[in-house]
Amino acid sequence: MDFSLNEDQALLKDSLERFIQGSYDFDTRRANVASELGYSRETYAQFAELGWTAVPFSEADGGLDGGPIELMVMMEQFGRGLVIEPYFASIVLAGAALRHAGDDDAKARWLAGLIDGSLTGALALQEPQSRFDLANVRTRAERSDEGWRLTGHKAVVLNARDADVILVPARTRGRDRDRDGITLFALAAGTPGMTTRAYPTVDGMQAAEVILEDVQLPADAVLGHEDGALAVLEAVTREALLAVCAEAVGIMAVLVEKTVDYSKNRKQFGLPIGAFQALQHRMVEMFMEHEQTRSLLYMAAMKLAAGAPDVDRALSALKYQVGRSGRRIGQEAVQLHGGMGVTHELDVAHYFKRLTMIDLAYGNADHHLSRFAA
Amino acid sequence: MDLNFSDADLAFREEVREFLRNEYPADIREKMDRGIRLARDDFMRWQQTLHARGWAAPNWPVEHGGTGWSATQKYIFTTELALANTPTIMPFGLSMVGPVIYTYGNEEQKARFLPDILASRAWWCQGYSEPGAGSDLASLKTRAERDGDHYVINGTKTWTTLGQFADWIFLLARTSTDVSRKQEGISFILADMRTPGISLRPIITIDGEHEVNEVHFENVRVPVENLVGEEGRGWTYGKVLLQHERAGIAAVARSKYRLDTLKRLAAEAPPGGTPLMDDPVFRRKVAAVEIELLALEYTDLRTLAAVATGGAPGPESSILKIKGTEVQQAIDELYVEAAGCYAFAFTPELFASPDIPDATRIGPPWAADTAPHYFNGRKVSIYGGTNEIQKNIIAKAVLGL
Repeated sequence: MDFSLNEDQALLKDSLERFIQGSYDFDTRRANVASELGYSRETYAQFAELGWTAVPFSEADGGLDGGPIELMVMMEQFGRGLVIEPYFASIVLAGAALRHAGDDDAKARWLAGLIDGSLTGALALQEPQSRFDLANVRTRAERSDEGWRLTGHKAVVLNARDADVILVPARTRGRDRDRDGITLFALAAGTPGMTTRAYPTVDGMQAAEVILEDVQLPADAVLGHEDGALAVLEAVTREALLAVCAEAVGIMAVLVEKTVDYSKNRKQFGLPIGAFQALQHRMVEMFMEHEQTRSLLYMAAMKLAAGAPDVDRALSALKYQVGRSGRRIGQEAVQLHGGMGVTHELDVAHYFKRLTMIDLAYGNADHHLSRFAA
Repeated sequence: MDLNFSDADLAFREEVREFLRNEYPADIREKMDRGIRLARDDFMRWQQTLHARGWAAPNWPVEHGGTGWSATQKYIFTTELALANTPTIMPFGLSMVGPVIYTYGNEEQKARFLPDILASRAWWCQGYSEPGAGSDLASLKTRAERDGDHYVINGTKTWTTLGQFADWIFLLARTSTDVSRKQEGISFILADMRTPGISLRPIITIDGEHEVNEVHFENVRVPVENLVGEEGRGWTYGKVLLQHERAGIAAVARSKYRLDTLKRLAAEAPPGGTPLMDDPVFRRKVAAVEIELLALEYTDLRTLAAVATGGAPGPESSILKIKGTEVQQAIDELYVEAAGCYAFAFTPELFASPDIPDATRIGPPWAADTAPHYFNGRKVSIYGGTNEIQKNIIAKAVLGL
């Protein structure tokens, strides 16, 4: 039993910590969110220079051979900084789909660019009706003379507007919710028939509706095995779950620190509000919720790294805890900051928003509680 | 015990419903039903519509333009307005400063201010909280110093809701520091927002909206005739005003409307999807909130019945603010959950004007506003005396602790 990081992991953590604390201040982030692109290309280029975009890929693919522990270490720091650059969309989602699909041609075409940061990607995991069911795919791909013809609607696709490649699961066989018959396609930006309707998200990122109308693709646009993409999507989702949960734990840690700090400084009735026992106990609850969630995060990361047979159960336990504790910590942090907590000026509001939205990503607390209980 | 309204009350309810069917302006109704932001004029026009019928100020004494309704009639009126999804009546004039003026003001002030408040010709805002005085309001520092026929006001007020629309502000300011208790030496003063030296700084709220402001007073000269009541007694008047802010804060009818609407929306699903209301887990969550709301409704009715039979509200009335805001926030959360992935879309510009068709919105037309609404709604357990302060009051005043 060992909960400590190895030397490389500790170095990785230091590198992110230094960057987030030293170069990712909140006002700059705020300005970048408000910019036309919605994030900073320069900052993202630095992520690549520092090697972070290479971490999850194998050495053979030009990566650094990192696994779930490394992913966790990075995403926790991204949570602390509320990072809005498209690392998650491009590396954790699209990059992982390329890795798990194991398609050499597609990797050769896209991976080098994703890793050096010159390109970004997106993965279209959701449709308007799919809720948390990965197999609920109505987008259809039919064989045509040249290869494939795709029609459908993908919902809330992170980074879709600016991605150089959008990976799109489509139904090539069977009915709407069948587990078999889903195939993954790689669509380069600007593919005729594909339009995006972009918008910012409430938690400071960029997403788009992706509409596919008779999109003609060559036969080699298929990524991995025809009809067999669900296993890839499930593998990607495991990593995505771990990633957003690590991000959530980073946010929780910041909210607990900031709330305790504020309560020591804000004076009402001649005392710091932290002197009032009713508030002290609530901050103790926040602290306990954060620590309990962190424990499940470590457990799930180690199970995913070890390829444990019960990894899905572990991830469901974690995601449930993140939803439940995140709600409590976020709401309490805002409440204890009083009116300031509901202003755009204070960073706490933004941490609260992101933490809230993480519950709705890849299955909310209820969904994962049901999955754990099944 | 009797759960039913009298025949006369039922007839009154029909009268209110008929008024709403005929007089609620169609364009404002459309904005409300589609979740489109209201303009200053929309609020004013709706209140003027009520005034034209003589229903602008049910709580005021008849001699100042009140309706003379029974407690039950007031309850029915408020309920029907909420169930018809009418705009919130801005409380600053009609519910807050109006009662202070007719209770403590002199005849000249009543004649000067009350008609414009009643007719919604003037928009009022409030100057209570300060950056250093929130829950501990009595520690406020804004000064009003006498200089001949004027007070000279210096200081900063905050959380001034829609101050950018206001013609007048009422504020609590310190007229004396030579006091034994900090609640003494505070005065209740009215100021024209056009007075030189008053400036507004917008505070953008968590949902990206300009809803509240800081109001700065720099050597603002206000005539002494704008002092309400006696100098140094403002704290007493202000407490009366805050009680008016608390009344109706349970918002039972509005929560019922929101919850019923949610149940209808969650029963729908896009092609190929499953309605969320078919999910037993979600149904149970909705049911739990509905039961909490039902309990709140009957707590509210118990208070109403006590007042209607000539008594005073019982201790149960003290929980209305806490439970009412908890229910509002729980409903806000259910909306976000129901919106699913479309709760992520942040598109306030698509909710700016009725000319923008619903079809341009992202996801179901109601979904994209759910998260901002939830985020903003965290304020309801903070304003009007935080729920923590409310519990302190109950502990002291009700439980005698």
